[in-house]
Amino acid sequence: MRIALLADLHANLEALDACLVHAAAQGAERLVFLGDLVGYGADPVAVVARVRDLMGQGAIVLRGNHDEAALRGPIGFSGLAAEAMRWTQARLDPETKAFLAELPFTHEEEDRLYTHADGANPPAWNYVTQAADARRSLAGTTARLTFCGHTHVPALFGLTATDKLLHHTPLPDLMLPLLQPRRWLAVIGAVGQPRDGNPAACYGLLDTDKAECGWLRVPYDIEAAARKIRAAELPEALAARLFLGM
Amino acid sequence: MHPVKRGQVIGGFSLGEVVHRGGMAVLHAATHPEHDLPILVKLPLLAEGDDPAAIVGFEMEQMILPRLDGPHVPRCLGVGHEPLPWIAMERIEGETLLPLLDRLPLPIDEIVETGALIAEALCALHRQGVVHLDVKPGNLMRTDERIIMLDFGLSHHAQLPDLMAEEFRLPYGSAPYMAPEQIMGVRGDPASDLFAVGAFLYALTTGRNPFGDPQHMGAMKRRLWWDPPPPRALRPDCPPWLQEIILRNLEVEPARRHPTAAQLGFDLRHPEQVRHSARAARLKRDAWTDRIRRRFHPDHQPKLRRNAIAMAQSGAPIIAVALDLDEVTPELSAAMRGMVTQIMAILPGARVACVNVLRTHLLRPDMALDDAGRNKHLQRLLELRHWSAALKLPEERLTHHVLEGTSAAAGVLEYAQVNRVDHIILGARADSLGRRVLGSVAAEIARDAACSVTVVRLRPG
Repeated sequence: MRIALLADLHANLEALDACLVHAAAQGAERLVFLGDLVGYGADPVAVVARVRDLMGQGAIVLRGNHDEAALRGPIGFSGLAAEAMRWTQARLDPETKAFLAELPFTHEEEDRLYTHADGANPPAWNYVTQAADARRSLAGTTARLTFCGHTHVPALFGLTATDKLLHHTPLPDLMLPLLQPRRWLAVIGAVGQPRDGNPAACYGLLDTDKAECGWLRVPYDIEAAARKIRAAELPEALAARLFLGM
Repeated sequence: MHPVKRGQVIGGFSLGEVVHRGGMAVLHAATHPEHDLPILVKLPLLAEGDDPAAIVGFEMEQMILPRLDGPHVPRCLGVGHEPLPWIAMERIEGETLLPLLDRLPLPIDEIVETGALIAEALCALHRQGVVHLDVKPGNLMRTDERIIMLDFGLSHHAQLPDLMAEEFRLPYGSAPYMAPEQIMGVRGDPASDLFAVGAFLYALTTGRNPFGDPQHMGAMKRRLWWDPPPPRALRPDCPPWLQEIILRNLEVEPARRHPTAAQLGFDLRHPEQVRHSARAARLKRDAWTDRIRRRFHPDHQPKLRRNAIAMAQSGAPIIAVALDLDEVTPELSAAMRGMVTQIMAILPGARVACVNVLRTHLLRPDMALDDAGRNKHLQRLLELRHWSAALKLPEERLTHHVLEGTSAAAGVLEYAQVNRVDHIILGARADSLGRRVLGSVAAEIARDAACSVTVVRLRPG
């Protein structure tokens, strides 16, 4: 089975739709949303509506720190994120808020754990950027494969037979083996706000039969997404960064 | 101990007798109902107290082998991990190059032929993004036509996670053949494999390993500053061009070796065109003062680490310029030179081979002399040199070849295939009756070549 993993949508409807079309063409039969549906972008209500609809058709949807902040307020958020979150909060209707409030932190199936950030302590929203972070996450969980987002930067971490932790930066559009019986932690890049220097939307594709995972890059209408951010009078930097993937 | 028995089925493969037992793995003959070819199943040898890095290497091979393709690697039929890690692959009929070591030194012709075949296999591997990092006679299988590379347990794949990268307690590899940068922990430079070829050719030529077979790290590092005696000092009939090739690939700095395996193979196949540097003439080792300076002087530390761009194989293509000397007009000639000059300016590692096909006639026994009594072959060579002089390329980036064949297209295509040419440049023939009736040479080459083809055409008017 092929599973599409979508993280950090951040209210970017154009990027989300491009990824969904792409994933369908790749034969993805299952969708997993790894959190942060809202924040930064100009389409929080439409993106949540789209995801909720897909959940009705069997998609798994998890909570991210921005989804939580949409309910509790931007506690501990930096300037731009906080400003965008106050804007977002003002626009969410009660129904959308109720949906976000129900989202779980994690989901496990077979040998896989899905979560937004460090799987060892999901409510702490720790970033997995370094080998040490990945080791902490893997040590605190039991699933063979962990999939998360949160950093907006694609990465693959693995534990070798000698208990070394390797850190690999996956190239775009290439399926990598998640070799049995080793444990792997895949950080999926962002659909709605990539930060690895590549402005194309990023989602993960897992092939469970072949035990392979790819980080697929999808071009989308950045102009349209940026235009909406500017029209909403959200900070200009949030529009500009989409073109740079930073 | 090895828990698997004959007759056991693993991943659908029925195990037969053990055909090889190495230090790290055991190979069983095997059969599978869906595969009608000789099969080997490779299993790691795992025992209490074994170096766990052995399993890391085995897992590395499980990742790399299924992603390799072509006639220079065994075809992978499957990998798995139950009840223990396994790899099923095509069983190659042939012998490794180990027996060559029993009859050293080899005749020069055999050394050159062996080296060219190894270079060809490495070229195929490097093009797939893999550096072998354990090139040695036991990992090179010789069949009638080619060399097949075995054992990718130490290899580096440019696109895959490198499980061995974290295993830096020891530099893994084979002491007689391991490149200096590999000893210092650099993985992923294709030039490391060329160093191993240089060390192996040195052994085939002189009967001894250039750096012996050191057993500990300190002794292995000696090759960073200690130069072996030049082959000609040990074997007077070693031709200078062969010494040039061997010593070039034993250079400590990867950037000073051949830029690609394809270029190494090219030199081995065209010895008369190898440019001789000071390396070809050497009959003695460097003075001890030089070695001491290399070892201790901070200004003489070699550059072992190259950036990815410098290592990229695509940066050093072999470009064949096919010239139809009878038809080419001065204008087309100039346009072709312009094209070559542009490409050479962008790619400093590229080299140009100027090629002309001297057509032989099937019905008329060919005469080596033309009507005026000149040697046709030599005359063509002189004309090629005359054409290329205006390119103003240094000697080591330019060679000239007069081929013989019944058709120009077939001659160029065969040359490009044998020499692993990356790019063919040729001129479009003027519109003629022949081109309309017979089809153009350019069209045939563009259709059948295994590489890129550029057809230079003058804009009419």
